[in-house]
Amino acid sequence: MKKVLSGNEAVSQAVRLARVQVISAYPITPQTTISEKLSELCGSGELDARFVKVESEHSAMATLVGAASTGVRTFTATSAQGLALMHEILFWASGARLPIVMVDVNRAMAAPWTIWCDQTDSVAQRDTGWLQFYCWSNQEILDTVVCSFRIAEQLLIPTMVCFDGFFISHTNEPVDIPEQKQVDRFLPPRKAEYLLDTKAPRTFSGGTMPNMFMEFRYKLHAAFERAQSVIDDIYKQFHKSFDRQYLPVEAYHAKDAEAVLIVTGSAASTALHTVNKLREQGRKAGILRLRQLRPFPAESLIDHLPAEAVIGVLDRNLSPGTGGVFSQEVRAALLRKGVHRPVHEFVAGLGGRDITADNIEKMFDALENGRAESSKINWVGLNR
Amino acid sequence: MREITFFGRGGQGAVVASEILADAYFRQGFQVQSFPSFGVERRGAPVTAFMRINDQFIYLRSQIYQADAGLVFAENIVQAPTFKPSVKPDAALLINCTVRPPELEDYSVSIIDATAIALECGLGSSAQPLVNTAMLGAYAKMAGDLELDHLLASVEAKVPQKTDKNLQAVRSAFEQVSCCE
Repeated sequence: MKKVLSGNEAVSQAVRLARVQVISAYPITPQTTISEKLSELCGSGELDARFVKVESEHSAMATLVGAASTGVRTFTATSAQGLALMHEILFWASGARLPIVMVDVNRAMAAPWTIWCDQTDSVAQRDTGWLQFYCWSNQEILDTVVCSFRIAEQLLIPTMVCFDGFFISHTNEPVDIPEQKQVDRFLPPRKAEYLLDTKAPRTFSGGTMPNMFMEFRYKLHAAFERAQSVIDDIYKQFHKSFDRQYLPVEAYHAKDAEAVLIVTGSAASTALHTVNKLREQGRKAGILRLRQLRPFPAESLIDHLPAEAVIGVLDRNLSPGTGGVFSQEVRAALLRKGVHRPVHEFVAGLGGRDITADNIEKMFDALENGRAESSKINWVGLNR
Repeated sequence: MREITFFGRGGQGAVVASEILADAYFRQGFQVQSFPSFGVERRGAPVTAFMRINDQFIYLRSQIYQADAGLVFAENIVQAPTFKPSVKPDAALLINCTVRPPELEDYSVSIIDATAIALECGLGSSAQPLVNTAMLGAYAKMAGDLELDHLLASVEAKVPQKTDKNLQAVRSAFEQVSCCE
C-alpha cells in the first residue's frame, strides 16, 4: 500500500514489519519521532516488542547488547551526540558479534550547538566495526532497514542505517509499505546459534588473553571481507520479492560522463535532479551514488568509474585537518586497485546548510573547466 | 513542478497543512514532497512549510527559495521584508484576511477569512484560531486542479480531533474564497 510518509515514519514501519522484539532508545532531535512512533506501536500492541526506557544512549546500546545476546531481534535509533555517547558500546556490539540494527539520523556534532544535518556523526564511527548504509529516499529507508536485519543476522555484524536529518527524516513522500506476510517470507525470525540461556549457562566476551584476542579481530575482519557478497545476495532476493533494486554503487548517466560526482545521501538526490538539467544543456555530467561506507564498495565503484571522466567527491562531513571521509575512502580504494587518478574533493552542507542544485552545478562547472583542486578541499557554499 | 510555501505562525497548523495537502495531491495521482522549514518551533513565531507537486518522482531535496504559490496564514507576514523575495513575482497567493493587503498590489491574490471560518466551526480560540483546514479548502478552489473529495479524505485521515468541524471548515472555505481573476 502506498502512503505519504516521513523518513522517520518509514523507519518505524520497517521496524514493525521486521517484528523487532526489543527496542531501547533515548530521545534526540531529529531522531525523536522514530522512538515516539515505536513506543506508540508497542503501546497499541501493533508491535509485540518490549520498549525499554533508559536514561541515556549509552544505556540504550548497552540494553540492546544484553537483549541481543539472548537471541532476540533488537533496534535503536539516535543522532549526533547520542551516537557519540554510544561509542564505547558500539565496539562491544561488533566485537561480541551481535546483529543489532540502528538508525542514525545524521546530525552535525556540536560545538557549536546544532540540531541540523551533516554526516560527521556516523562517519566518525567508521572504525567501530559496524556496517553502514546511507539512504536517499524514504522508500530506500524502509527497504534498507528490513534488509539490514537479514544482513546483520547472517554476518553477525551490527548494522547502522544512516540518512540526512530533516532533509530526509522530516520530508514526507510516497512510500510503498509492503504487506506483513510478504516481509515475513523475506525476513524469518532470528535464529541465534550462540545465545545466553539460563538452562545452558555460558559466558561470552570475557577476559581474553593475547593468545586469542587477535583471532577474534581477524574473524570480524574476515566477516567484513565476505560482507559484500552477502549484502548483494540479500538485495537480489529483495529485488525478486519486492521488485525494488538496490546496488552498492548506483550509476546515473555515468557511462559517457566527462565529469562524475561521487555522492551520498539526500545530496545525491539533488545531484540527480541537477544532472538531468545539465544533460538537457548537452553537458556530460553523471553521478555515482555510494550506498555504503562499510563495507566500502571499492570494486563496484571502480567498475562504474568512467575511464575518461574527471572525478569529484561530495562530502557532507569533515575530518578537520584532512577533509571529507568519503573522499579519503575513494582515494584509498583507487590506490589499492592501482588506479592513479586525481580525486577532487568538495565539502558542502555542514551543519544543515542547504545543498542546492546551484551548488551541485558549481561543482560540475569546476570539474569541467579544470578549476577544481585535487590537493585540497574545494569548499562550496562557504562564506569567507 | 509546482513549489508551494506555507507561511504561518507557530500553533496555526501550517506544517500539518503542508502534510495534508501533499496527501491530497498524492490521492489525486501526483508525486509529492512536503517538509517543514527545519528548526525549532515556538508558538507565535514564524513557521514555514514547503511542498512540491510533480508528475514524476521529485529528486530535488533543497528548500524552496522562490515559490510558485504561497498560503499566508497570518496577514501581517506579508509585511516582513523576507516575504516578497520568497515567492515568484507571478506567484499565486492565498491570504487569510478580510481586505486585500495593499502591499500586494502587483501580485495575483486570492483572499479568504479563514479566521472567521475556523471560529464558526469551533476550531481553536479567538486568540489562537486553527485556520489550517480552512486555508486548504480555499486553496483547492483557487488551484482548480485538486478534487475537493481528495482533500476531504486527507483531512479525515490526518486530523483525528474535531474531524467533522475541520471537514466543515474545508467546505465553507471552498465556497467562500474570493479568487483572483
